[in-house]
Amino acid sequence: MTIKGKAYIAGAFEHPTRKADDKSVPQLHAEVARGALEDAGLSKNDVDGYFCAGDAPGLGPLSMADYLGLKLRHVDTTDTGGSSYVVHVAHAAEAIALGKCKIALITLAGRPRSEGQATGTAPRVPAAAMPDAPFEFPFAPATANMYAMAAMRHMHEFGTTSAQLAWVKVAASQHAQHNPHAMLREVVTVEDVVNSPIITDPLHRLDCCVISDGGGAVVVVAPEIARSLKRPRVRLVGAGEALKLQMGGKVDLTYTGAVWSGPRAFAEAGVKPADIKYASIYDSFTITVLMTLEDLGFCEKGQGGKFVADGNLISGVGRLPFNTDGGGLCNNHPANRGGMTKIIEAVRQLRGEAHPKVQVKNCDVALAHGTGGSLGTRHASATIIMDRE
Amino acid sequence: MAQAQRKIPAPAVTPETKPFWDAAADGRLVIKQCTACGQSHHYPRTICPFCGSDATEWRPASGRGKVYTYSVMRRVPEPYVIAYVTLEEGPTMMTNIVDCDLDSVRIGQAVRVVFKPSEGGPPVPMFAPAP
Repeated sequence: MTIKGKAYIAGAFEHPTRKADDKSVPQLHAEVARGALEDAGLSKNDVDGYFCAGDAPGLGPLSMADYLGLKLRHVDTTDTGGSSYVVHVAHAAEAIALGKCKIALITLAGRPRSEGQATGTAPRVPAAAMPDAPFEFPFAPATANMYAMAAMRHMHEFGTTSAQLAWVKVAASQHAQHNPHAMLREVVTVEDVVNSPIITDPLHRLDCCVISDGGGAVVVVAPEIARSLKRPRVRLVGAGEALKLQMGGKVDLTYTGAVWSGPRAFAEAGVKPADIKYASIYDSFTITVLMTLEDLGFCEKGQGGKFVADGNLISGVGRLPFNTDGGGLCNNHPANRGGMTKIIEAVRQLRGEAHPKVQVKNCDVALAHGTGGSLGTRHASATIIMDRE
Repeated sequence: MAQAQRKIPAPAVTPETKPFWDAAADGRLVIKQCTACGQSHHYPRTICPFCGSDATEWRPASGRGKVYTYSVMRRVPEPYVIAYVTLEEGPTMMTNIVDCDLDSVRIGQAVRVVFKPSEGGPPVPMFAPAP
């Protein structure tokens, strides 16, 4: 049993807002749902499957499905943080392959910027009964210092440098200059990154993603639906998901769950890293990208620093164009959950609808990867591979 | 840079973990060891996360370890050092490195446990440079 060729991404929409002072979160969900369905050439009454994550307002899918006016026969509200939406695409494909639905809508929306969240530096607040919380929260884990500890260990073991990490941001900024919706459109240099203030050693301000409002949605459909629509066909060919945990105290922060999710997706798709023409890689921080690329097999373990350096991730310049919308580092990180925008830019690339300055030539196979949770404690990695039919 | 003492939120104590916090109040660090598979784990559980046995027991830890990794959070009013420390007994635990210059912490550094008061809860195990 495989999802290969059993489902297509027929619609994709990224909300243009980056600060939604005057909109509610449900309204943003509705606007991205409408955008993705219009993009596909479908209406909300065609939808029979709905996916959102645990941050969507209300109990599971209930309030949002009610608000959107959906009539459903399949729902899934798996929450793996920012990678949820990559997981949802894979789960939607599984449901479609089993005949549980034909047209699945996946939505994400939030407004952490309007709400003034200090997403990266504020100590996190534990949910009730989290077993790990009493043994972590007294020590003030935030988002940024958890990723920073992974970066620190990577530097210690492999000699990775701040200048190498900076290249990830430089590449994102080279792409973002062409995106009119991007929060940060200014091109930056390695020097700009390493001279920006330290947030939490060794991560500088420009190693960190933006905090933005907004959202996005995609529509995953059965093959016969895809063939009935007018849009270029983006076919799902492989998916993998994996949890990387603390393992009872056998903590090793030098790798991510991509070491498992990647090979599963590549095996199902029947392709290798060298076949990937474009990659959307979750970029909460520069270190997230560097480690993920190693773990997906784009380079050897420990060689991520060398791989990302010298513009190797810049479209038209390097070997692996990544995050051509500017990614979370420069464009958008709606609701602090970047998985959705990773999928959307990969769809644009496969359709040939990315900005002409960053469009990858002959982009026939693309990958999108999400990381949800924290590299410093526990996270969920999700990889999908798509091709252009 | 010297460290100010941050206010430490109280850990929630459950029946499953009460012996850990009772020991902490007594100035002792304890960890869970499984008598079926012989492995120690942290944070403490009733059922061993490695082999699934419920034959886990509390064991005293030496309180000595080494810094596995760390980061100095600087963009807050009271900068602090978060870290993972690998205990002599094996498990690696999240903690803070305290009672030292913020900029002096290094991976591999030898540290020893010190207990710091929390806000209305039991003291929590942190680590300071070993003498």
